[in-house]
Amino acid sequence: MKFYGFRRPDGTVGIRNHVLIMATVGCAAETADLVAKNLYGAVSFINQNGCGESEKNLQRTRDVLIGMAANPNVYGVICIGLGCEINRMDEFIPMLRVRTGKPVEQLLIQEEGGTINAAAKATKMAQRMIIEASRCRREECDLSELILGIECGGSDATSGLASNPVMGLVSDAVVAAGGTAMFSETVEMIGAEHLLAKRAATPEVAEKILERVRFREAEQAAVGDDVRKTQPSPGNRDGGITTLEEKSLGCIHKGGHTPVMEMLDCAAPPTKKGLVLMDTPCYDMLSVTAKAAAGCQLIVFTTGRGNAIGNAVTPVFKVTANSDTAKKLEDNTDLDMSPVLTDGVSLETMADETLKDLAEVLSGRLTKAEVLKFGYSEACISRICDYC
Amino acid sequence: MNDRKLTAILISPRDNVATVTKDTLPGETVTYLRNGKTETIVSAGVPKYHKIALCEISKGADIYKYGEIMGRAAQDIPAGAHVHCHNVTSGVKE
Repeated sequence: MKFYGFRRPDGTVGIRNHVLIMATVGCAAETADLVAKNLYGAVSFINQNGCGESEKNLQRTRDVLIGMAANPNVYGVICIGLGCEINRMDEFIPMLRVRTGKPVEQLLIQEEGGTINAAAKATKMAQRMIIEASRCRREECDLSELILGIECGGSDATSGLASNPVMGLVSDAVVAAGGTAMFSETVEMIGAEHLLAKRAATPEVAEKILERVRFREAEQAAVGDDVRKTQPSPGNRDGGITTLEEKSLGCIHKGGHTPVMEMLDCAAPPTKKGLVLMDTPCYDMLSVTAKAAAGCQLIVFTTGRGNAIGNAVTPVFKVTANSDTAKKLEDNTDLDMSPVLTDGVSLETMADETLKDLAEVLSGRLTKAEVLKFGYSEACISRICDYC
Repeated sequence: MNDRKLTAILISPRDNVATVTKDTLPGETVTYLRNGKTETIVSAGVPKYHKIALCEISKGADIYKYGEIMGRAAQDIPAGAHVHCHNVTSGVKE
Protein backbone atom coordinates (compact mmCIF):
# COMPACT_ATOMS: atom_id res chain seq x y z
CA MET A 1 0.00 0.00 0.00
CA LYS A 2 1.32 3.43 -0.96
CA PHE A 3 0.46 6.84 0.39
CA TYR A 4 1.50 10.41 -0.31
CA GLY A 5 3.54 12.15 2.37
CA PHE A 6 6.10 14.89 2.89
CA ARG A 7 9.65 13.58 2.69
CA ARG A 8 11.79 15.40 5.28
CA PRO A 9 15.52 16.18 4.93
CA ASP A 10 16.34 13.56 7.62
CA GLY A 11 14.62 10.83 5.57
CA THR A 12 11.46 10.58 7.68
CA VAL A 13 8.01 11.03 6.16
CA GLY A 14 5.35 13.39 7.46
CA ILE A 15 1.64 13.08 6.71
CA ARG A 16 0.92 16.69 7.74
CA ASN A 17 3.00 19.82 7.24
CA HIS A 18 2.57 21.89 10.41
CA VAL A 19 4.61 24.72 11.79
CA LEU A 20 4.67 24.12 15.55
CA ILE A 21 4.58 27.08 17.93
CA MET A 22 5.93 25.45 21.10
CA ALA A 23 6.07 26.83 24.61
CA THR A 24 9.22 25.48 26.25
CA VAL A 25 7.78 26.39 29.67
CA GLY A 26 4.23 26.66 31.00
CA CYS A 27 4.60 30.44 31.42
CA ALA A 28 4.82 30.80 27.62
CA ALA A 29 1.87 28.56 26.71
CA GLU A 30 -0.72 31.34 26.34
CA THR A 31 1.70 33.40 24.26
CA ALA A 32 2.34 30.40 22.00
CA ASP A 33 -1.41 29.89 21.61
CA LEU A 34 -1.87 33.58 20.78
CA VAL A 35 0.53 33.13 17.86
CA ALA A 36 -0.72 29.74 16.64
CA LYS A 37 -4.44 30.39 16.72
CA ASN A 38 -4.15 33.33 14.34
CA LEU A 39 -2.12 31.58 11.66
CA TYR A 40 -3.20 29.15 8.96
CA GLY A 41 -0.81 26.20 9.05
CA ALA A 42 0.36 26.66 12.66
CA VAL A 43 -0.37 24.37 15.60
CA SER A 44 0.44 24.54 19.28
CA PHE A 45 -0.20 22.46 22.37
CA ILE A 46 -0.44 23.27 26.02
CA ASN A 47 2.71 22.67 28.02
CA GLN A 48 2.34 23.28 31.74
CA ASN A 49 5.86 22.17 32.60
CA GLY A 50 9.47 23.23 32.10
CA CYS A 51 10.00 24.92 35.47
CA GLY A 52 9.57 24.11 39.15
CA GLU A 53 10.10 20.44 38.50
CA SER A 54 12.59 17.81 39.63
CA GLU A 55 15.45 16.77 37.40
CA LYS A 56 13.73 13.54 36.33
CA ASN A 57 10.46 15.31 35.59
CA LEU A 58 12.35 17.97 33.62
CA GLN A 59 13.86 15.18 31.54
CA ARG A 60 10.38 13.82 30.75
CA THR A 61 9.21 17.29 29.79
CA ARG A 62 12.20 17.70 27.48
CA ASP A 63 11.74 14.22 25.97
CA VAL A 64 8.14 15.07 25.05
CA LEU A 65 8.83 18.61 23.80
CA ILE A 66 11.80 17.49 21.69
CA GLY A 67 9.80 14.55 20.38
CA MET A 68 6.82 16.72 19.40
CA ALA A 69 9.16 19.11 17.58
CA ALA A 70 10.98 16.22 15.85
CA ASN A 71 7.74 14.52 14.73
CA PRO A 72 7.87 14.27 10.91
CA ASN A 73 4.42 15.91 10.66
CA VAL A 74 6.15 19.14 11.76
CA TYR A 75 8.00 21.18 9.13
CA GLY A 76 9.59 23.62 11.56
CA VAL A 77 9.30 24.95 15.10
CA ILE A 78 9.14 28.33 16.83
CA CYS A 79 10.19 27.83 20.47
CA ILE A 80 8.87 30.42 22.92
CA GLY A 81 10.24 30.55 26.47
CA LEU A 82 9.94 32.99 29.35
CA GLY A 83 13.60 33.55 30.25
CA CYS A 84 14.13 32.47 33.86
CA GLU A 85 12.86 28.88 33.70
CA ILE A 86 14.69 25.64 34.57
CA ASN A 87 14.26 24.44 30.98
CA ARG A 88 16.78 27.05 29.77
CA MET A 89 16.45 27.82 26.09
CA ASP A 90 20.25 27.78 25.58
CA GLU A 91 20.35 24.20 26.92
CA PHE A 92 17.12 23.06 25.28
CA ILE A 93 17.89 24.11 21.70
CA PRO A 94 21.15 22.07 21.44
CA MET A 95 19.25 19.02 22.79
CA LEU A 96 16.56 19.56 20.16
CA ARG A 97 19.27 19.92 17.50
CA VAL A 98 20.62 16.45 18.34
CA ARG A 99 17.24 14.99 17.30
CA THR A 100 16.35 17.13 14.32
CA GLY A 101 17.88 19.45 11.74
CA LYS A 102 14.56 21.03 10.74
CA PRO A 103 14.04 24.83 10.84
CA VAL A 104 13.93 26.07 14.45
CA GLU A 105 13.53 29.64 15.74
CA GLN A 106 13.60 30.74 19.39
CA LEU A 107 12.70 33.72 21.53
CA LEU A 108 12.12 34.63 25.18
CA ILE A 109 9.24 36.76 26.47
CA GLN A 110 11.47 38.54 29.02
CA GLU A 111 14.00 39.50 26.32
CA GLU A 112 11.37 40.66 23.85
CA GLY A 113 9.68 42.90 26.42
CA GLY A 114 6.40 41.14 27.11
CA THR A 115 3.85 38.91 25.48
CA ILE A 116 2.69 41.33 22.78
CA ASN A 117 6.20 42.03 21.49
CA ALA A 118 7.14 38.35 21.73
CA ALA A 119 3.95 37.28 19.97
CA ALA A 120 4.48 39.86 17.20
CA LYS A 121 8.04 38.66 16.58
CA ALA A 122 7.02 34.99 16.72
CA THR A 123 4.11 35.67 14.36
CA LYS A 124 6.45 37.19 11.77
CA MET A 125 8.89 34.26 12.14
CA ALA A 126 6.04 31.78 11.84
CA GLN A 127 4.50 33.48 8.80
CA ARG A 128 7.80 33.17 6.91
CA MET A 129 8.20 29.54 8.01
CA ILE A 130 4.62 28.60 7.04
CA ILE A 131 5.16 29.98 3.52
CA GLU A 132 8.38 27.96 3.23
CA ALA A 133 6.52 24.88 4.51
CA SER A 134 3.80 25.36 1.90
CA ARG A 135 6.39 24.79 -0.84
CA CYS A 136 6.72 21.13 0.24
CA ARG A 137 4.96 18.65 -2.04
CA ARG A 138 3.57 15.23 -1.20
CA GLU A 139 5.48 12.32 -2.72
CA GLU A 140 4.72 8.63 -3.02
CA CYS A 141 5.76 6.88 0.20
CA ASP A 142 5.66 3.33 1.44
CA LEU A 143 4.08 1.78 4.55
CA SER A 144 7.62 0.83 5.63
CA GLU A 145 8.08 4.55 6.42
CA LEU A 146 5.10 4.63 8.79
CA ILE A 147 5.05 4.46 12.57
CA LEU A 148 1.39 3.76 13.32
CA GLY A 149 0.29 4.35 16.90
CA ILE A 150 -2.66 2.34 18.19
CA GLU A 151 -4.46 3.65 21.24
CA CYS A 152 -7.59 2.45 23.00
CA GLY A 153 -9.76 4.50 25.29
CA GLY A 154 -13.27 4.56 26.65
CA SER A 155 -13.19 0.81 26.06
CA ASP A 156 -16.18 -1.44 26.42
CA ALA A 157 -16.73 -5.10 25.59
CA THR A 158 -16.88 -4.31 21.86
CA SER A 159 -13.25 -3.09 21.97
CA GLY A 160 -11.87 -6.51 22.84
CA LEU A 161 -14.33 -8.32 20.56
CA ALA A 162 -13.96 -6.28 17.39
CA SER A 163 -12.14 -2.93 17.14
CA ASN A 164 -8.94 -4.10 18.84
CA PRO A 165 -8.76 -7.40 16.89
CA VAL A 166 -9.37 -5.47 13.63
CA MET A 167 -6.52 -3.11 14.53
CA GLY A 168 -4.41 -6.17 15.35
CA LEU A 169 -4.80 -7.27 11.72
CA VAL A 170 -3.99 -3.72 10.54
CA SER A 171 -0.90 -3.78 12.77
CA ASP A 172 0.12 -7.13 11.22
CA ALA A 173 -0.29 -5.62 7.72
CA VAL A 174 1.87 -2.58 8.59
CA VAL A 175 4.55 -4.85 10.07
CA ALA A 176 4.40 -7.19 7.05
CA ALA A 177 4.98 -4.15 4.80
CA GLY A 178 8.15 -3.32 6.75
CA GLY A 179 6.61 -0.56 8.87
CA THR A 180 6.23 -0.04 12.60
CA ALA A 181 3.16 -0.41 14.78
CA MET A 182 3.21 0.83 18.36
CA PHE A 183 0.96 0.44 21.33
CA SER A 184 1.50 1.55 24.91
CA GLU A 185 -0.55 1.92 28.12
CA THR A 186 1.42 -0.46 30.37
CA VAL A 187 -1.27 -0.44 33.07
CA GLU A 188 -3.56 -2.06 30.49
CA MET A 189 -1.06 -4.88 30.06
CA ILE A 190 -1.48 -5.95 33.71
CA GLY A 191 -2.98 -9.44 33.70
CA ALA A 192 -1.95 -10.03 30.07
CA GLU A 193 1.78 -9.38 30.37
CA HIS A 194 2.60 -13.10 30.21
CA LEU A 195 1.11 -13.24 26.70
CA LEU A 196 3.14 -10.23 25.52
CA ALA A 197 6.34 -11.53 27.14
CA LYS A 198 5.88 -14.83 25.26
CA ARG A 199 5.84 -12.85 22.00
CA ALA A 200 9.00 -10.86 22.81
CA ALA A 201 11.74 -11.09 20.16
CA THR A 202 14.45 -11.59 22.81
CA PRO A 203 14.59 -12.60 26.50
CA GLU A 204 15.72 -9.03 27.31
CA VAL A 205 12.56 -7.57 25.74
CA ALA A 206 10.43 -10.11 27.63
CA GLU A 207 12.09 -9.14 30.93
CA LYS A 208 11.61 -5.44 30.26
CA ILE A 209 7.89 -5.97 29.58
CA LEU A 210 7.48 -7.85 32.86
CA GLU A 211 9.66 -5.38 34.78
CA ARG A 212 7.69 -2.35 33.50
CA VAL A 213 4.38 -3.98 34.42
CA ARG A 214 5.66 -4.72 37.93
CA PHE A 215 6.94 -1.14 38.15
CA ARG A 216 3.55 0.36 37.17
CA GLU A 217 1.77 -1.65 39.88
CA ALA A 218 4.43 -0.80 42.48
CA GLU A 219 4.41 2.89 41.51
CA GLN A 220 0.75 3.17 42.53
CA ALA A 221 1.22 1.02 45.63
CA ALA A 222 4.13 3.22 46.77
CA VAL A 223 1.77 6.17 47.28
CA GLY A 224 -0.91 3.99 48.85
CA ASP A 225 -3.05 3.65 45.72
CA ASP A 226 -4.40 0.47 44.20
CA VAL A 227 -4.51 0.44 40.43
CA ARG A 228 -7.61 -1.78 40.54
CA LYS A 229 -9.60 1.04 42.15
CA THR A 230 -9.24 3.24 39.05
CA GLN A 231 -9.10 0.43 36.49
CA PRO A 232 -11.39 -0.53 34.86
CA SER A 233 -12.87 2.99 34.76
CA PRO A 234 -16.56 3.53 35.58
CA GLY A 235 -17.35 3.74 31.86
CA ASN A 236 -15.47 0.52 31.13
CA ARG A 237 -17.58 -1.19 33.82
CA ASP A 238 -20.85 0.20 32.48
CA GLY A 239 -19.73 -1.14 29.10
CA GLY A 240 -19.36 -4.69 30.42
CA ILE A 241 -15.67 -4.85 31.43
CA THR A 242 -15.40 -6.37 34.91
CA THR A 243 -11.71 -6.63 35.87
CA LEU A 244 -8.39 -5.05 34.94
CA GLU A 245 -7.13 -8.31 33.47
CA GLU A 246 -10.23 -8.60 31.28
CA LYS A 247 -9.57 -5.06 30.02
CA SER A 248 -5.90 -5.92 29.39
CA LEU A 249 -6.73 -9.14 27.53
CA GLY A 250 -8.96 -7.11 25.21
CA CYS A 251 -6.44 -4.27 24.87
CA ILE A 252 -3.47 -6.33 23.71
CA HIS A 253 -5.41 -7.56 20.66
CA LYS A 254 -4.62 -4.24 19.01
CA GLY A 255 -0.98 -5.36 18.73
CA GLY A 256 -1.80 -8.22 16.39
CA HIS A 257 0.25 -11.37 16.22
CA THR A 258 3.85 -10.42 15.36
CA PRO A 259 6.86 -10.53 17.72
CA VAL A 260 7.35 -7.63 20.14
CA MET A 261 10.61 -6.06 18.99
CA GLU A 262 11.19 -3.66 21.89
CA MET A 263 9.69 -2.06 24.98
CA LEU A 264 10.44 1.67 24.74
CA ASP A 265 10.63 4.23 27.52
CA CYS A 266 7.92 6.91 27.48
CA ALA A 267 8.22 9.19 24.40
CA ALA A 268 11.36 7.39 23.09
CA PRO A 269 11.52 6.93 19.30
CA PRO A 270 11.57 3.28 18.12
CA THR A 271 14.95 1.87 17.16
CA LYS A 272 13.41 -1.16 15.45
CA LYS A 273 10.76 -1.84 12.82
CA GLY A 274 7.89 -4.20 13.52
CA LEU A 275 5.62 -4.21 16.57
CA VAL A 276 6.98 -2.09 19.42
CA LEU A 277 5.55 -1.30 22.85
CA MET A 278 6.02 1.87 24.85
CA ASP A 279 5.83 2.18 28.63
CA THR A 280 3.15 4.74 29.49
CA PRO A 281 0.18 5.01 31.82
CA CYS A 282 -3.19 4.42 30.19
CA TYR A 283 -4.45 8.00 30.54
CA ASP A 284 -5.26 8.54 26.84
CA MET A 285 -4.24 12.18 26.70
CA LEU A 286 -0.80 11.28 28.03
CA SER A 287 -0.38 8.12 26.01
CA VAL A 288 -1.39 9.84 22.74
CA THR A 289 1.04 12.70 23.49
CA ALA A 290 3.85 10.21 24.19
CA LYS A 291 3.17 8.38 20.90
CA ALA A 292 3.25 11.65 18.96
CA ALA A 293 6.53 12.51 20.71
CA ALA A 294 7.92 9.08 19.78
CA GLY A 295 7.35 9.95 16.11
CA CYS A 296 4.04 8.27 15.26
CA GLN A 297 2.68 10.05 12.17
CA LEU A 298 -0.85 8.68 12.70
CA ILE A 299 -2.71 7.28 15.68
CA VAL A 300 -5.76 5.04 15.40
CA PHE A 301 -7.86 5.27 18.54
CA THR A 302 -10.27 2.41 19.23
CA THR A 303 -13.15 3.19 21.56
CA GLY A 304 -16.35 1.62 22.81
CA ARG A 305 -17.99 4.39 24.81
CA GLY A 306 -16.76 7.08 22.42
CA ASN A 307 -14.00 9.65 22.66
CA ALA A 308 -13.36 13.21 21.47
CA ILE A 309 -9.62 13.91 21.74
CA GLY A 310 -7.17 14.87 19.03
CA ASN A 311 -3.52 15.86 19.03
CA ALA A 312 -1.74 18.97 17.76
CA VAL A 313 0.86 17.22 15.59
CA THR A 314 -0.45 13.69 14.98
CA PRO A 315 -3.93 13.04 13.58
CA VAL A 316 -6.07 10.78 15.77
CA PHE A 317 -8.40 8.53 13.73
CA LYS A 318 -11.29 7.21 15.86
CA VAL A 319 -12.90 3.85 15.34
CA THR A 320 -15.59 2.01 17.27
CA ALA A 321 -17.40 -1.30 16.98
CA ASN A 322 -20.23 -0.16 19.24
CA SER A 323 -23.13 0.62 16.90
CA ASP A 324 -24.83 2.91 19.44
CA THR A 325 -21.63 4.96 19.89
CA ALA A 326 -21.02 5.13 16.13
CA LYS A 327 -24.45 6.80 15.79
CA LYS A 328 -24.43 8.94 18.94
CA LEU A 329 -20.85 10.19 18.51
CA GLU A 330 -20.88 10.33 14.73
CA ASP A 331 -19.07 13.69 14.79
CA ASN A 332 -16.18 12.15 16.76
CA THR A 333 -16.01 8.81 14.95
CA ASP A 334 -14.03 8.33 11.73
CA LEU A 335 -14.88 4.68 11.06
CA ASP A 336 -17.79 2.53 12.21
CA MET A 337 -16.57 -1.04 12.73
CA SER A 338 -19.86 -2.24 14.27
CA PRO A 339 -20.84 -4.35 11.20
CA VAL A 340 -18.36 -6.89 12.62
CA LEU A 341 -20.74 -7.47 15.52
CA THR A 342 -24.10 -6.66 13.95
CA ASP A 343 -23.83 -7.94 10.35
CA GLY A 344 -21.24 -10.70 10.55
CA VAL A 345 -18.61 -8.77 8.55
CA SER A 346 -15.31 -10.58 9.09
CA LEU A 347 -12.40 -9.03 10.98
CA GLU A 348 -10.29 -9.43 7.80
CA THR A 349 -12.80 -7.52 5.62
CA MET A 350 -13.02 -4.71 8.20
CA ALA A 351 -9.19 -4.57 8.43
CA ASP A 352 -9.00 -4.14 4.62
CA GLU A 353 -11.58 -1.35 4.79
CA THR A 354 -9.61 0.31 7.61
CA LEU A 355 -6.36 0.17 5.62
CA LYS A 356 -8.08 1.87 2.66
CA ASP A 357 -9.30 4.67 4.95
CA LEU A 358 -5.88 5.00 6.57
CA ALA A 359 -4.20 5.33 3.15
CA GLU A 360 -6.47 8.32 2.52
CA VAL A 361 -5.75 9.89 5.91
CA LEU A 362 -2.01 9.36 5.45
CA SER A 363 -2.33 11.20 2.13
CA GLY A 364 -4.18 14.20 3.54
CA ARG A 365 -7.83 13.31 4.27
CA LEU A 366 -8.68 15.02 7.55
CA THR A 367 -9.89 13.25 10.67
CA LYS A 368 -12.98 14.49 12.51
CA ALA A 369 -10.82 15.81 15.38
CA GLU A 370 -8.61 17.77 12.96
CA VAL A 371 -11.62 19.50 11.39
CA LEU A 372 -12.74 20.45 14.91
CA LYS A 373 -9.24 21.95 15.36
CA PHE A 374 -8.73 19.77 18.44
CA GLY A 375 -5.33 19.29 20.01
CA TYR A 376 -4.12 22.47 21.73
CA SER A 377 -5.25 21.55 25.24
CA GLU A 378 -5.00 17.82 24.60
CA ALA A 379 -1.40 17.32 25.60
CA CYS A 380 -0.28 15.73 28.83
CA ILE A 381 3.29 15.02 29.87
CA SER A 382 4.20 11.93 31.88
CA ARG A 383 5.42 12.47 35.47
CA ILE A 384 7.63 10.59 37.90
CA CYS A 385 4.99 8.79 39.99
CA ASP A 386 2.62 8.87 37.14
CA TYR A 387 -0.96 9.02 36.04
CA CYS A 388 -2.55 5.59 35.90
CA MET B 1 -25.51 -24.00 12.28
CA ASN B 2 -29.22 -23.46 12.39
CA ASP B 3 -31.26 -20.40 11.45
CA ARG B 4 -31.59 -18.96 14.91
CA LYS B 5 -29.88 -15.58 15.19
CA LEU B 6 -26.83 -15.56 17.39
CA THR B 7 -27.21 -13.29 20.43
CA ALA B 8 -23.89 -13.88 22.19
CA ILE B 9 -20.22 -14.27 21.28
CA LEU B 10 -18.02 -16.96 22.78
CA ILE B 11 -14.41 -16.07 22.01
CA SER B 12 -12.58 -19.26 22.98
CA PRO B 13 -14.12 -22.73 23.38
CA ARG B 14 -12.37 -22.82 26.75
CA ASP B 15 -14.34 -19.81 28.06
CA ASN B 16 -17.05 -20.18 30.70
CA VAL B 17 -18.61 -16.79 29.88
CA ALA B 18 -19.93 -15.30 26.63
CA THR B 19 -20.73 -11.67 25.71
CA VAL B 20 -24.35 -10.97 24.81
CA THR B 21 -24.86 -8.68 21.81
CA LYS B 22 -28.33 -7.44 22.86
CA ASP B 23 -30.12 -6.71 26.10
CA THR B 24 -31.50 -10.05 27.31
CA LEU B 25 -34.47 -10.44 29.65
CA PRO B 26 -34.84 -13.08 32.39
CA GLY B 27 -35.97 -16.32 30.74
CA GLU B 28 -34.75 -15.31 27.28
CA THR B 29 -32.76 -17.93 25.39
CA VAL B 30 -29.30 -16.79 24.32
CA THR B 31 -27.67 -18.46 21.31
CA TYR B 32 -23.94 -18.65 20.59
CA LEU B 33 -21.42 -20.77 18.71
CA ARG B 34 -18.90 -23.16 20.27
CA ASN B 35 -16.55 -24.86 17.80
CA GLY B 36 -18.99 -23.98 14.98
CA LYS B 37 -21.97 -25.58 16.72
CA THR B 38 -24.92 -23.66 18.12
CA GLU B 39 -25.44 -23.80 21.87
CA THR B 40 -28.05 -22.07 24.02
CA ILE B 41 -28.37 -20.87 27.59
CA VAL B 42 -31.30 -19.25 29.40
CA SER B 43 -30.44 -15.73 30.55
CA ALA B 44 -31.18 -14.48 34.05
CA GLY B 45 -31.18 -10.97 32.54
CA VAL B 46 -27.90 -9.64 31.11
CA PRO B 47 -27.41 -6.18 29.55
CA LYS B 48 -26.00 -5.70 26.04
CA TYR B 49 -22.22 -6.37 25.77
CA HIS B 50 -22.07 -7.81 29.30
CA LYS B 51 -21.11 -11.39 30.18
CA ILE B 52 -23.35 -14.38 30.79
CA ALA B 53 -22.25 -17.50 32.70
CA LEU B 54 -22.40 -20.53 30.41
CA CYS B 55 -22.27 -23.04 33.27
CA GLU B 56 -22.35 -22.99 37.05
CA ILE B 57 -19.15 -21.36 38.33
CA SER B 58 -18.28 -22.11 41.96
CA LYS B 59 -16.97 -19.49 44.35
CA GLY B 60 -13.18 -19.13 43.90
CA ALA B 61 -13.15 -20.70 40.41
CA ASP B 62 -11.43 -18.94 37.53
CA ILE B 63 -13.48 -17.01 34.97
CA TYR B 64 -12.21 -17.58 31.41
CA LYS B 65 -12.63 -15.11 28.52
CA TYR B 66 -10.36 -14.93 25.44
CA GLY B 67 -9.22 -18.39 26.61
CA GLU B 68 -7.44 -16.68 29.51
CA ILE B 69 -8.19 -16.06 33.20
CA MET B 70 -9.96 -12.71 33.62
CA GLY B 71 -10.87 -12.98 37.31
CA ARG B 72 -12.36 -15.34 39.83
CA ALA B 73 -15.87 -15.95 41.12
CA ALA B 74 -16.53 -14.07 44.38
CA GLN B 75 -19.61 -16.21 44.99
CA ASP B 76 -21.30 -19.23 43.42
CA ILE B 77 -22.54 -18.07 40.00
CA PRO B 78 -25.48 -20.00 38.48
CA ALA B 79 -25.54 -20.78 34.74
CA GLY B 80 -27.21 -17.95 32.82
CA ALA B 81 -26.34 -15.30 35.43
CA HIS B 82 -24.93 -11.86 34.71
CA VAL B 83 -21.17 -12.07 35.41
CA HIS B 84 -19.81 -8.69 36.49
CA CYS B 85 -18.31 -6.66 39.35
CA HIS B 86 -20.91 -7.92 41.88
CA ASN B 87 -19.82 -11.55 41.61
CA VAL B 88 -16.26 -11.45 40.23
CA THR B 89 -12.97 -10.24 41.74
CA SER B 90 -9.73 -9.36 40.01
CA GLY B 91 -6.87 -11.79 40.37
CA VAL B 92 -4.34 -8.94 40.10
CA LYS B 93 -2.43 -8.92 43.37
CA GLU B 94 -2.94 -6.17 45.91
